[in-house]
Amino acid sequence: MADEYLEVPPELSRNVFLTTLDTVYNWSRRSSLWPMMFGLACCAIEMIAVAASRYDLARFGMEVMRPSPRQADVMIVSGTVTKKMVPQIVRLYNQMPQPRYVVAMGACATGGGPFKEGYNVVSGVDKFIPVDVYIPGCPPTPEALLYGMMRLQEKIKRQSVKTVPWYRKERDDIPVPVLGPDILDLRRKEEIKKISAQLADSEKYLERLETKTTQKA
Amino acid sequence: MVGKGILRGLTTTARHLLETYLDDVKKIPSRYAYDRHFIKQPLEEKGIFTIQYPEERRVLPERFRYVPMLLYDADTGEDRCTACGICAKVCPTQCIWIVREEDKTGKPLPRSQEFYIDISICMGCGFCAEFCPFDSIKMNHDYEIAVYNRYPDLVLSKDDLVVPTTYYAQLYPEAWAAEERAREEERKRKAAREKALAAKRAAKAKAAAKKKDEQKDAGK
Amino acid sequence: MAQAQSAVATESLPYNDVIPGAVVGRDGEALIVNREKLLELARYLRDHEGYDYLSSVTGVDNLTHPKRQGVERFEVVYHLYSTKRGGGPLVLKARAPEDDPEIPSVVSIWPGADFQEREIWDLFGVRFPGHPNLRRILLWEGFNGHPMRKDWKEAYYEEEHKPYSSRWPYGHYPREEYKYPWQEERAVYKDNLVFPKGFDPDRWQAPEVEYRLGQDIYRELEKLKTDRIIVNIGPQHPSTHGVFRMVVALEGETILGLEPEVGYLHRNHEKIGERNTYLMNIPYTDRLDYINSMSNNLGYVLAVEKLMGKVEVPERAKYLRIIMAELTRVLNHMFAIGFLLNDLGAFFTPALYALEERELILDLFEAASGSRMMCNYMRPGGVAYDVSEEWVAQAKKLVFERLPRAVDELDYYLTENEILLARTKGVGYLSPEDAIAYSTSGPVLRGSGVPYDIRKVEPYCIYDRFDFDIVTEDGGDVYARYMVRIREARESLKILRQALKDLPGGPVIGKKKYTFRIPPGEAYQRIEAPKGELGFYLVSDGTANPYRYHVRSPSFINLTALGPMCVGHKVADSVGILGSIDIVLGEVDR
Repeated sequence: MADEYLEVPPELSRNVFLTTLDTVYNWSRRSSLWPMMFGLACCAIEMIAVAASRYDLARFGMEVMRPSPRQADVMIVSGTVTKKMVPQIVRLYNQMPQPRYVVAMGACATGGGPFKEGYNVVSGVDKFIPVDVYIPGCPPTPEALLYGMMRLQEKIKRQSVKTVPWYRKERDDIPVPVLGPDILDLRRKEEIKKISAQLADSEKYLERLETKTTQKA
Repeated sequence: MVGKGILRGLTTTARHLLETYLDDVKKIPSRYAYDRHFIKQPLEEKGIFTIQYPEERRVLPERFRYVPMLLYDADTGEDRCTACGICAKVCPTQCIWIVREEDKTGKPLPRSQEFYIDISICMGCGFCAEFCPFDSIKMNHDYEIAVYNRYPDLVLSKDDLVVPTTYYAQLYPEAWAAEERAREEERKRKAAREKALAAKRAAKAKAAAKKKDEQKDAGK
Repeated sequence: MAQAQSAVATESLPYNDVIPGAVVGRDGEALIVNREKLLELARYLRDHEGYDYLSSVTGVDNLTHPKRQGVERFEVVYHLYSTKRGGGPLVLKARAPEDDPEIPSVVSIWPGADFQEREIWDLFGVRFPGHPNLRRILLWEGFNGHPMRKDWKEAYYEEEHKPYSSRWPYGHYPREEYKYPWQEERAVYKDNLVFPKGFDPDRWQAPEVEYRLGQDIYRELEKLKTDRIIVNIGPQHPSTHGVFRMVVALEGETILGLEPEVGYLHRNHEKIGERNTYLMNIPYTDRLDYINSMSNNLGYVLAVEKLMGKVEVPERAKYLRIIMAELTRVLNHMFAIGFLLNDLGAFFTPALYALEERELILDLFEAASGSRMMCNYMRPGGVAYDVSEEWVAQAKKLVFERLPRAVDELDYYLTENEILLARTKGVGYLSPEDAIAYSTSGPVLRGSGVPYDIRKVEPYCIYDRFDFDIVTEDGGDVYARYMVRIREARESLKILRQALKDLPGGPVIGKKKYTFRIPPGEAYQRIEAPKGELGFYLVSDGTANPYRYHVRSPSFINLTALGPMCVGHKVADSVGILGSIDIVLGEVDR
């Protein structure tokens, strides 16, 4: 069962024994991952193609695309994450029951992609929610998405009941960002306040940018 | 008649269902054989339309593009890239980063020192491969590149990007043959030109020598 | 322009004899209109000159245009057409200075200007007095500034134009000390954020948003003692075709008012497009309407060619362009029908059959261009790659045998289905007059019985060489739009058969270039994309990058008619009506 070409993560190397319980537990979880039916942009069309007859996601036990986050295990963020959409994405993530996984499909969800420089685009969904697998490509072909889902299954395979976070008391929900003059991540509130106060003093907002670009290594 | 339309629909779906079963029975030993093979779907395909990835794979067309790769000459081990920067200039997302190599005096050398492609931005448009004048940057067919960590795993450096020309020849047989032909012609043309030039030079030298001789003779 | 000069010139300008002082000058083909007289002139043009179809309204910021120094800063450009006469546009320009950016709204004359004027307000900050619902459309209320203005800079702003000088020859990307990727590392907030100076998150209060809902049309319903409620459909909803939100006011289950809320996929296509070179924009257009990347490519490339002046396109490339565009149309219409049925409750089976054929068409695209969806195939002056003999044989097999069979099967399978008829007939009625007034296009317009197809009325490429008909249906309802799609797919196959038969040999492009010599000027090119009229408006200032780049997207403007179409129907029908418009969010929000 073990994969030769994958590194063993540190939390696993401490547990020398992969118990039978873990094996059964992980097998059952990874064999019926239900994705959320949640399309954002171009990649969603390829996601539909994966669910359709040629690639047939059902072969992996993932055919049940659920529009409701309450019944979903994995969220495929398929497309550009815009600032206007981020509050909803975070809310959907919070509504998913644990254990929950996130796959960033395509360049846009991974790191902003071709639209990264745009004023309304978030540079990667991992700025707000934790991502398990990143699939680059614009858009990833259906095979690439299937490969990414297999990587996710491998990741689940290596988890252990002892170390998984979802049996602890506290939930790791993420505060829903606020649409202010720009998207406001509440976890970074103090930092943003500090920086904008500094900017008000210095009046050198753009100049600072200029000096930084012309620097050479 | 009420219900005719629904019956029509049901017969269509039933036919499709039946076709899948017939197709399945017809292909039974080969379909579920667990040796990896590449298939090309025929246009008459009826019944089961599924490609059983990862056991089966679609035949990718030669022009298929996913992310870029850099070629080095398999014989000499030298990079083809001359750090001319055209790929970085035409890249719509500006995801290519090149450091040109320089000698001690600051004179640029036709080699790249560092070469990065941020594939978390790359849109796979293929302009870099299309406009590269040295056939050095090409589009890779490998789509199995999902990772667990984004930064810096998805910033491919030169070590991640380089592949030998033999790999390219395998992926792009037609383009490779065409390029080889063009290169061969270029070489021939160059050789011919050099030969002509050498002949010209020799003739010139001869003429000059003759002239000199004549002058010498005249001087005497 | 000096006062005295314009006074002399106005005599020779058109329409000034009817409305004195309305037209104050010319700018190329466009007429510059006095903004005080705009409404008067617009009403005259609609009622007496037959310009009933407002194709596109867009803004231009003249701040840094080298040829337009000294003119007023903001400019709103109107492209008018006549559905009865056909033919080319009448271009109007109204200008407003920086300190008073106001231009009267033309919504009362052409209701199709509704969303477009809101977009201009959102992105340029030009106000439209008289607009019934002037609030931001693509961004949210409270956003910091108007981003399409030339002096508005993003957090990741580097230089005015690509290519950036930091990439070569000293493109050091990740340094040892970097925690984030390069762009984030050098941004002030370590992220794509721009806050006003001295911004205090604790004191921020979001502005109130008012929806224009609840037209009291069903008075008799009040007797039923139902509750009036507001229902939010989307942005995460399986039937909204992406991230689209409908705010619906309901009386019981009957819709009183519906307002689309878009912008959840606003990817700043135009701002990025103005920084790109002309070549770089081609792959970006793929991502507009991501189901039909080929026709987007075609529209953009034609616009660039129009701007360049005379461009020789080889004969084979002309045919290949038509073949690709029409294959896309077949693909799109089958896809749209499949997903319309999905919305009506026939979950996934019709869509699966449509997707099967789509995969085979995509195989052709992949073999020709290299990518399934984002083809990036057309270039100014031709197409990027030639196709092989094998490809042509395969395409012929598909077009002559498989696709007609598939369309027929879809027709046989669905058209007479009683449930489909019950759900679609008489639902979402749009009269021909309204369809024109709301500037709808494509199957929505032709489903209302207006025979307006740009391939016929203003032929581009070589469509005049092929024999095909304009498909119209008189119903004006969801069913009519569905029928238009099925019949139009057949017409496309007819064109494809002719084009594949006559496909000549020869080269497909001249010398491949990555820079183009573009003279200063402007061009508006529209094509009949599968979803409707796709227009590209380009303004060049003579450099390698477009000064203004605007996309007139069919899905966005067709949505204007969604609210009026839904009023009076049950809430479950709104989903079907939306499906019959066939929107793609990449194009709606850009």
